[in-house]
Amino acid sequence: MALVIQNVRLAHRIYRLTVQGSYSARMGQFFMLRCWDAYPVLSRPISVHNLTEDSVSFLYRVQGTGTWLLSALQAGDKIQLEGPFGQGFPKPQGRTALVGGGIGVAPLLLAAKEIPEASVYLGYAGVPFGVNGFHEISRDVTVKSGGTIVDAVDPSRYDTIFACGPVGMMHSLAQKAEGTNAKLHVSIEKRMGCGIGACNSCTLTAAGSNRKACTDGPVFLAKEVNWNDLHRL
Amino acid sequence: MISIDCELAGVPLSNPILAASGTFGFGKPYADLYPLRKLGGIVSKGLTLTPRLGNTGTRIYETPSCIMNSIGLENPGIRAFLEHELSDMTSHGTAVIVNLGGGTVREYAEGAELLTEAGRKLRSAGKRAVDMIELNISCPNIKEGGLAFGIENEQAREVVRAVRNATTLPLLVKLSPGAKDLREMARMCEAEGADGLSLINTIQAMAIDIRERRSVFDRAYAGLSGPAIKPIALRMVHQVARSVSIPVVGIGGICSAEDILEFIMAGAAAVQIGTYNFINLRAGDTLAEELIQLMENEGIQSLDDIRGII
Repeated sequence: MALVIQNVRLAHRIYRLTVQGSYSARMGQFFMLRCWDAYPVLSRPISVHNLTEDSVSFLYRVQGTGTWLLSALQAGDKIQLEGPFGQGFPKPQGRTALVGGGIGVAPLLLAAKEIPEASVYLGYAGVPFGVNGFHEISRDVTVKSGGTIVDAVDPSRYDTIFACGPVGMMHSLAQKAEGTNAKLHVSIEKRMGCGIGACNSCTLTAAGSNRKACTDGPVFLAKEVNWNDLHRL
Repeated sequence: MISIDCELAGVPLSNPILAASGTFGFGKPYADLYPLRKLGGIVSKGLTLTPRLGNTGTRIYETPSCIMNSIGLENPGIRAFLEHELSDMTSHGTAVIVNLGGGTVREYAEGAELLTEAGRKLRSAGKRAVDMIELNISCPNIKEGGLAFGIENEQAREVVRAVRNATTLPLLVKLSPGAKDLREMARMCEAEGADGLSLINTIQAMAIDIRERRSVFDRAYAGLSGPAIKPIALRMVHQVARSVSIPVVGIGGICSAEDILEFIMAGAAAVQIGTYNFINLRAGDTLAEELIQLMENEGIQSLDDIRGII
């Protein structure tokens, strides 16, 4: 069990949870979190937002019972973390852009820390949140509220793009990146049972065959993803 | 000195705690988290003769104290399992049980033959092989076969008989809570040469997405498991254990040493941990020790002393 240092509400339904401990994780990896006993049954896979020498933080949106329970945590409370799990974002090549939509901005802060020269694009349906952290790292941050952040991104300017956000956003970015040299990697969110590759609950189709979002992903090459499958969920 | 060593259908187990099919892969995902020899055994993900991609759409969903799954037996097929997974699965120092699924009687029998033949070769080369088959006639999530065999006695008889004839390996038959007459089916399996029974598989259930006006699952129904089904499973294990003389393995929402003792008292020879592996990824790490501690607290020297006392 780990100790909660801070759990701050950043916007409507959006929280940043900071937990004490020395953790190592690559950008795009996630932990399975739970602060309850047997109900809800499953732990929640939440991507790493930030790491310091003695803490790890998670940016999350209250979506259901599990995240609602997380949002009630206060400094000094205990939480269980298992991880880090999954394959994170790969090492980028050349000019790099980070594109986040809504709560999808969460895993990109760690990526921005690793690639401070990357251009950052953050899109929000309403009031922006979690933007300051990006401004502290990168000089090239574009923030958009309303509409779609994809409109602000010119994929032909980049060699590598990391994206995380709603399926529609990532799919339209994938379409926009077609025919350019940009290699687009997307972080896919799926319902997970175990988080470690045992249960086959988070299967998606990529490169023509079944892949597990937990262990093969959550990051996949956009051109290999079967978007039609993901739109249905 | 409290001992929890036991034997299941002739296979020695270091303790009565097995990891249930479908929640443990082939063991590998959990091997990084704790030594799997702490478990009495591992039951593989359900395997079929040929590979299966599994079901489309949502595959897992939560309800109060339960999960529902509709994986649809996604698996690499028995040949790929034998080639790529078995040697790792037998390297953990714990019993290896293969859960065998199928669509037709012939498919089940051919699968059993492959596992048996591979085992013969491995053993003659001095290597470890599959210790036991768990015949899955109760998966609620595939269209053909699966649960259909687990409902009607005569259909079940046909597949149990065919697999019994196809293998010399110890044979568990995993029963469905949806069987028309569970006790009758259990007695039939015993008469057909099953070495043991395991129960229950998930309960066929449903969830509806009211906003989308559709079932959450593409196949409408899915399998329900988790703590909330434990009392149902316990009742069924109790009924079946009193109806047959072969060992019964209890499965259904087991989350603690207390739960394990309940199943043993209801007549189970061993138990399987399923959904709890997701609640606590390290479930198998401490359960055997907690069981010994609980037995000590309760003044129980041996599982045999309390098995079936209710």
